[in-house]
Amino acid sequence: MTDVRFSLNGEAAEVDVEPRELLLDTLRDRLSATGAHAACEQGACGACTVLVGGASVRSCLMFTVQVNGAEVRTIEGVGSPGALHPIQQALSTHHGLQCGYCTPGMVLTALEMFEADPHPSRDEIVEWMSGNLCRCTGYINIVGALEALAGTAEAQS
Amino acid sequence: MKPARFEYVAVESVAEATEALADSEDARVLAGGQSLVPLMNLRLARPSLLVDVNGVGALSGFEARNGTLRFGAMCRHRFLETDPAVRRQAPIVAETAGLIGHVGIRNRGTLGGSIAHADPVAELPALLVALGGNVVASSTTGERRVPAAELFAGPFMTSLEPAELLTAVEIPAHGEGDGGAFSEFVLRHGDFATAGVAVILHRDGDGACESVRVAGCGLGPTPMDLSAAGEFLLGESALTDGGADELGRRVAAASDPTGDVHGSGEYRRELAAVLAADAVRRAWGRAGSTGGG
Repeated sequence: MTDVRFSLNGEAAEVDVEPRELLLDTLRDRLSATGAHAACEQGACGACTVLVGGASVRSCLMFTVQVNGAEVRTIEGVGSPGALHPIQQALSTHHGLQCGYCTPGMVLTALEMFEADPHPSRDEIVEWMSGNLCRCTGYINIVGALEALAGTAEAQS
Repeated sequence: MKPARFEYVAVESVAEATEALADSEDARVLAGGQSLVPLMNLRLARPSLLVDVNGVGALSGFEARNGTLRFGAMCRHRFLETDPAVRRQAPIVAETAGLIGHVGIRNRGTLGGSIAHADPVAELPALLVALGGNVVASSTTGERRVPAAELFAGPFMTSLEPAELLTAVEIPAHGEGDGGAFSEFVLRHGDFATAGVAVILHRDGDGACESVRVAGCGLGPTPMDLSAAGEFLLGESALTDGGADELGRRVAAASDPTGDVHGSGEYRRELAAVLAADAVRRAWGRAGSTGGG
């Protein structure tokens, strides 16, 4: 077993894990960060997307021992039920979600996108979001929500 | 718990990595993990030891030296795609890296990892063949250079020894008159390519074609060197539509694709013709943008 310490949504986290434990499973089973969703578990769908050092990663393709000392951000660290993050608000306003299973991964990918470029074009938004699969919406409203947000002051918050 | 049990060591130097590899029967190197970890999650790969080289600073970055660009094996695709210096000094590398998977994959996946994995449909191994580059492999007994032409032995197989670590990738520096393009077809954005063709060419000051190299992915059991198909272009100072299509026909004829769920061999051969014609048109224009013609 290996002692792993990292920052989870700004708070210190410490777990004792086997090397083979995936970050996704640690977040869900040990740290109550169940917003990181398990779906394909082979890197194809993006439902388990979290930010490590600000970069979106598939948490099903990283071992927990690899985030020792890193800063991890999950959907639990984005907005709150009473004060949605602008990305969450835009998805709600534009009906950019139905079942919500893909939404945490979508939001975290969009966070990285707006951090890299507050003014993405529609084509750039599609390229950024292409690694996150959604089986409900047909994507149109997700892209529309992010397009509405692009270039606004809120996109940079 | 999806992967089978394994020992894990996070190393900080190439020497530590090669020692760990030499001491184990079936160790695997953990770089970006975007190919290896899915295989482990499915238990198609069950290494007894993972040697994590993410903390080896010497494997990062790139530098220009005597007409050669040397990339550390841990250069991530996203770095290759976005770094201003890479985009300026190795535009074809940046273009090709941007074709791989999605941002979340490119944030982790690495140049050395993709080449060592030797997936016959992967882009970077084919690009390495097209560029005529080589890799640097280190072990406890020393370091050697392996040319791309001698590296790829079969699907997911290279001529690297199990105890060797791929530490760097070297390609010729991009100069005036050089132009390259990578064209691929994917069913869905970010998927594995059904087929892809890279064309690298050089035009002299008068715009005449001085060298042309062609390689493909998804067109055979390894990245295929299809450069012989482009020899008829040498000395030409203009690329006609007929010339581009002729290259396509020759590339298709020289390809050796097999069929799978994503397309038959014959379909891939037709793709090769279309992709080669597209790539040579783009490469030709780029080579001419600094060299006249």
